[in-house]
Amino acid sequence: MSLSEPIPGSTIRAVHDDFHGDLLEVSMGPHHPSTHGVFRMIVTLDGEVVVKLKPVFGYLHRNHEKLAENNAYLASIPYTDRLDYLCSLTNNWAYVHAVEKLSGIEVPERAEYLRVILGELTRLINHCCLVGFLLNDLGTSFTPLLYSLRERERMLDMIEALTGSRMMCNFMRFGGLRTDVSSEWLAQLKTYLDTTFARYLDEQDALLTGNEILLARTQGVGVLKSDLAINAGITGPMLRASGINYDIRKVDKYSIYDRFDFRVPLGDHSDTYDRYMMRMLEMHESVKIIQQAIKDIPEGPFIDPKAKNRGLRPKAGEAYARIEGPKGEIGFHLISDGTGNPYRYRVRPPSLINLTVLEDMCLGQTLADTVIILGSVDIVLGEVDR
Amino acid sequence: MLGTGILKGLYITAKNLVGSYYSSERLTTIQYPEQRAQLPENYRNFPFLVYDGEDAIDGLRCTACKMCEKECPPQCIYIIPERDEKGKLQKKPKVFDIDISVCMGCGICAEVCPFESIKMDHHFEVAQRNRFAGLLLHREQLAKSNKYYHSIRPKEATAVDESLAEEKRKAEEKAKAAAAAKEAAAKAAAAKAADAAKAKTDDLEEKKN
Ligand code: SF4
Ligand code: SF4
Repeated sequence: MSLSEPIPGSTIRAVHDDFHGDLLEVSMGPHHPSTHGVFRMIVTLDGEVVVKLKPVFGYLHRNHEKLAENNAYLASIPYTDRLDYLCSLTNNWAYVHAVEKLSGIEVPERAEYLRVILGELTRLINHCCLVGFLLNDLGTSFTPLLYSLRERERMLDMIEALTGSRMMCNFMRFGGLRTDVSSEWLAQLKTYLDTTFARYLDEQDALLTGNEILLARTQGVGVLKSDLAINAGITGPMLRASGINYDIRKVDKYSIYDRFDFRVPLGDHSDTYDRYMMRMLEMHESVKIIQQAIKDIPEGPFIDPKAKNRGLRPKAGEAYARIEGPKGEIGFHLISDGTGNPYRYRVRPPSLINLTVLEDMCLGQTLADTVIILGSVDIVLGEVDR
Repeated sequence: MLGTGILKGLYITAKNLVGSYYSSERLTTIQYPEQRAQLPENYRNFPFLVYDGEDAIDGLRCTACKMCEKECPPQCIYIIPERDEKGKLQKKPKVFDIDISVCMGCGICAEVCPFESIKMDHHFEVAQRNRFAGLLLHREQLAKSNKYYHSIRPKEATAVDESLAEEKRKAEEKAKAAAAAKEAAAKAAAAKAADAAKAKTDDLEEKKN
């Protein structure tokens, strides 16, 4: 085959072309600051325009599923922290939710409220990170990122005071939580959200949302058509940015989400700007949910005293449970054969599945745009590779 | 108007810059290691073993029940119980090693220990020149006094002390009750024996008469 002829069956032009110049293959990553971890994109460029993009991942594979199959049910909770290490509490939640479904454990009221509060706090932390890093990818070199990380740090301090660790929380247990949450902690969280965090959201909006450079760089870039989004199984803010009203908190009404009054923001143009706005708006909604939950939280046990955590042996059977994580649908599929460890343990990672449409969004865009498109997908390699 | 967004943005950054000289809210960095952040009581890093009294090894609360060894997710605890010359178990660890290069600080060992023996430490500066042997901690390095435990986790340690004292009191009461019961039983038996003896002598006397 000659390089001067197009590859048969491909829409890409010939590699050699005296008039247009040669196609160039660039390997971005696995060590590249814009890929947010060890992730590699093999990009074929025609001039500056992407004609082909091949994502390569798996550098961070840790055998998560097999480890869990050889460990007790309880021992897998700290490992789920390490999936998407920015949102360990929602990972914990999805996993304990699956085990509770598998073994029929009930969760007390207070624990459900606390889970909602912690889950939404995790969403705030994740979206803070995403917004900061997305703008860093755009080249705003650190100012918005540092403002975001400053707020994230304050929230992490609170999580540390509660769970003992900033990111590896290991806090949810089957039937509830590891410890109770004091009313002082809740009051501190409420004050923080009302004052400092509200100011951060306003500042971030003023700093960026109407900024001409941001608009020029993100509007119309990386469009993800809604039918493709549905067919590819995209979930979370990315799906909603394509205008599809699908939020598991509303669809499944798991836990106690039917008691809270919140709206689901939807995008209109399916581009990177919509995906950015989706995160900003979701933060406002999450703050609303937390405030309602803190107001209504009842007294009571924080864990079902009858629930067995150590040496749990669910009856043979299987269960799939999912929750709306900050990045999309995070689900766990467990099959029990009646012994102390799961026969099959499978994670449905939102980052990995959202990453599958990366090439479709990047074709025809410039190389610099692939960086922000990848940033707007919101991946964490710990979860992509497991 | 074109450019207003940029001007607005510059205003925000200027506010933050100037604000960082006046308000601690906006200046958040700490000059480690000269300055140190206050760790919250719940902070956890690596496990340590609590001992009571003066002697670190004799005072260990650990009974070598191996519960933590069994539950530790990455299996980084290694215990051999002490035995006396006859091979009888001594309820003490002869070897208690934790490989902190493997430990992930999850805190499950502290959660499952039934004897309040293994607890999570606040000490985080554990850098070593020797990557393997240096990070394998033995019971001598792991043992820390109850006083130290109180200094890092005052609330939790006080609660633990109270529950241990309560348990001890209950155990003593039980022992006392058992002893009292035994004594009573012994007395009763003695009385019975005396009665029997008396009856015998009475019998004898009757016969004599
Ligand atoms: S530390 Fe606790 S759980 Fe571990 S062997 Fe000792 S007493 Fe048992
Ligand atoms: S903290 Fe976790 S990993 Fe470390 S020794 Fe304890 S149970 Fe094992």
